[in-house]
Amino acid sequence: MPVEQQGDTRIWRRRDRKAAWQHFGITLAVAALVVFCTKIISDQTTWEFVGSAPMQGADLAMRMWPPQLSYMAELWGPVVDTIHIATLGTILGVMIASPLAFLAANNTTPSRVFVRPVALALLVTSRSVNSIIWALMLVVIFGPGMLSGIIAIALRSVGFCGKLLYEAIEEIDAHTVEAVSSTGASRLQVLTFGVIPQIAPAFAGISVYRWDINIREATVLGLVGAGGIGMALQGAIDTLAWSRVSVIFLVILATVVLSEWVSAKARAAVI
Amino acid sequence: MSTAPPTTPPTAGAPQRWRRPPHIANPRTRWALYICASVYLLWALSSVEVDVARLFEGMSRARTFFAAALTPDFVTRWSDIRAGILESLTMTVVATVAGIALSVPLGLGAARNLAIRPVYLVCRAILAGTRAFHEIILAIMLVAMFGFGPFAGVVTLVVSTIGFLGKLIAEDIEAIQWNAVEAVESAGASWLQRVVYAVLPQIMPRFIGLSLYRLDINFRESAVIGIVGAGGIGATLTTAFDRYEFEAVSAILILIITTVFIAEYIAGAIRRKVL
Repeated sequence: MPVEQQGDTRIWRRRDRKAAWQHFGITLAVAALVVFCTKIISDQTTWEFVGSAPMQGADLAMRMWPPQLSYMAELWGPVVDTIHIATLGTILGVMIASPLAFLAANNTTPSRVFVRPVALALLVTSRSVNSIIWALMLVVIFGPGMLSGIIAIALRSVGFCGKLLYEAIEEIDAHTVEAVSSTGASRLQVLTFGVIPQIAPAFAGISVYRWDINIREATVLGLVGAGGIGMALQGAIDTLAWSRVSVIFLVILATVVLSEWVSAKARAAVI
Repeated sequence: MSTAPPTTPPTAGAPQRWRRPPHIANPRTRWALYICASVYLLWALSSVEVDVARLFEGMSRARTFFAAALTPDFVTRWSDIRAGILESLTMTVVATVAGIALSVPLGLGAARNLAIRPVYLVCRAILAGTRAFHEIILAIMLVAMFGFGPFAGVVTLVVSTIGFLGKLIAEDIEAIQWNAVEAVESAGASWLQRVVYAVLPQIMPRFIGLSLYRLDINFRESAVIGIVGAGGIGATLTTAFDRYEFEAVSAILILIITTVFIAEYIAGAIRRKVL
């Protein structure tokens, strides 16, 4: 603890002189960076538009009100599609993520030098690319529709589920594994009786959590043509039918809230 | 889970075999659940329409796609790509800093143990509202209000940062050790002093970690909101897609992934240093 002598009194300081200067320097550099970036953004902004934003917002709200509730009848199909995309995408994603997680975890990987880095790189790649970008690519390959959406959701979920899952695998109790292998169990038996029972709750929890996130993601995939309610949203925005847009927003909100509730209940039941 | 493992009754000569107890003890509920799940899955699968002819056509596109992915073209569109990445990075910095600055007071207000009830309810409502919609939907609305360009993107990222950080900060504060607060309070500290000396030090390590994580998320999101016109590399990416310039697409994706890798590495280094 740095203490400074000043005449008769000893003054406590949080940092010694060198650390204080370092701290000051870093703070200054970060502040300069932020100011510089703010300047760039501000130069590229048409401030007249920003000034008129409250007016524009009010105008938009007027166009959206009242929501054209009769349009709801046409939305049931897209909503159900959205839920299907999320569910099937999550299942497919988890199916790809589980083996990858075992290859990535320190204690179950066949090779720490060769296999683990590859598995980790695949997981990071999957996480770095947003599901909308995956969908953009997949629509080119598979054409517009649910299939592209499902695969986009799956590819995006792999990184998330895989990361959480391999962390769960690394945290398991090694004693159980030792106990099972000391009975002469094979590698597969050690896995099924020593490892899997320990991670099963985490596995279920992670899947449900991802499903909940995927519902939200699936609502916008349609904007790039990958099925679900986003397609209806795109259509309504393109035709400037704002009273339909507001109905779609309400339906999305209801779906997201409902899925969050379902996921919270399901997770409470599993864990 | 049942406590006693169900074993087959020991009859003479029959081999005893242990079975794993089922997760749901009641067989009726278990089977009902299995059947419901299977029926739903069949329904969902049957609703996926697969156009085989289109798929074949897609396969040839997939080949050009993968060929392009292996030969990324950084050169032809370099000035666009560079401008896009730099814009994304500046948006990320501004939005993260502004988002953190706004989420701290909201997080303090949304912590049940610190704030009075009306403040708590208002802050919680704001946080729930900011998290309700996907970034893309926010961006669509904000672009309609602020016009095209990075400003709408920054506002989008700020709003989603508030929703994310504010909620987690509030939950962290609700889980702190109250003794420290009482100790500072007994020394005659005001509300602000209690927060600064007893609450913030306890949540600081996790707060820094979450902020770094959010920086990373904001960069990735900035690549997406450009698709609806809110600035950043996403705009360059959609243009490249629309022109079928898959070599440029691949270059952009590689740059995004590399940046995320570097960001994750730096964040890890900072976290080790701070914690």
